[in-house]
Amino acid sequence: MVELVLPKNSRVGDGKVWPKPQGANRTREFKVYRWSPDDDANPQVDTYTIDLDDCGPMVLDALIKIKNEIDPTLTFRRSCREGICGSCAMNIDGTNTLACTRGIDEVDGDIHIYPLPHMPVVKDLVPDLSRFYAQHRSIEPWLKTETPQPRTEWKQSHEDREKLDGLYECILCACCSTSCPSYWWNGDRYLGPAILLQAYRWLIDSRDEATGERLDNLEDPFRLYRCHTIMNCSKACPKGLNPAKAIAEIKKMMVERRV
Amino acid sequence: MSMRTPLSKVRGLGSAKSGTEHFWHQRLTAVANIPLVIFLIWFCVSKVGADRAEMAAALSNPLVALMLVFTIISVTWHMRLGMQVVIEDYIHSEGSKLICLLGNTFFSLAVALTGLFAVLKISFGG
Repeated sequence: MVELVLPKNSRVGDGKVWPKPQGANRTREFKVYRWSPDDDANPQVDTYTIDLDDCGPMVLDALIKIKNEIDPTLTFRRSCREGICGSCAMNIDGTNTLACTRGIDEVDGDIHIYPLPHMPVVKDLVPDLSRFYAQHRSIEPWLKTETPQPRTEWKQSHEDREKLDGLYECILCACCSTSCPSYWWNGDRYLGPAILLQAYRWLIDSRDEATGERLDNLEDPFRLYRCHTIMNCSKACPKGLNPAKAIAEIKKMMVERRV
Repeated sequence: MSMRTPLSKVRGLGSAKSGTEHFWHQRLTAVANIPLVIFLIWFCVSKVGADRAEMAAALSNPLVALMLVFTIISVTWHMRLGMQVVIEDYIHSEGSKLICLLGNTFFSLAVALTGLFAVLKISFGG
């Protein structure tokens, strides 16, 4: 059955309240999920107070400031700090998003930060995305062709290229998939919105010669049809993409090839 | 702890190569249910307070009897498909899932056949 409450060793308690900065005029409290595999302790939420006059504008700036100046044990992923690598995906103020593109001033009150929901946690804000990446691998996200020509690049009309807009921009941050209740309950068999959007990106590519084979691989009550159009994915996507629409298009292709 | 690779776990037993029929039939019965249920509500409201003889007379009209037959088939079929999705979503142990899916099919069939038998019996003057 679905687990409606967290197991005992996952229940989150109150953590350490770190000292406030001296002489700061504008401060915000950051309540950050902490868990380490190195001890048997339950997860806890630590409170850090940040001087906004001495910090960059984004939530990621505050996390980096905490790690550099307050608590070097705080663990999170980040790389590009401009919304293109997808590393700093986490749950901020109840929504999955990228810490680097979410402004501190966009959140009212204390800023609550948790790892992406319903994934195994490696440490603090770092989720284990191995299964997510394996799911991406399973849809074979590369151009598949059999025709030997051309031996150089395969051309595409402007119209066909436009069909990839809204799909190719996906950075695989996993914000959408981990916001999806269907993915929470059945993530072992349901591919989830991010992977299905990627699958559609290859299904709709005019150069690809394996469309039918790709559809065969997706036609499954769990892999595709666990999507119940809940739409959390489209709401969460920090890149403004619409995975729910891509999934609907796949379902349309499935019907189209039988009627 | 499983030593299988994440890719092996994700591929699992492979694609069932089905599901589209379920998806399509759910939409098909959903569309059919709109006029059928409107008819059913209208029919029930118009017969409030009617005695058995009056109901039997109404059901002896083949059009009315057929509409009720269609409604029972479409609604119970839709009910079975919808409940199946809920069971698959939330019940993860293979044993309980199988029992629930069997129960769902038997219950829907029982509701459908009982309804059909009742309508036809009255319609044919029993």
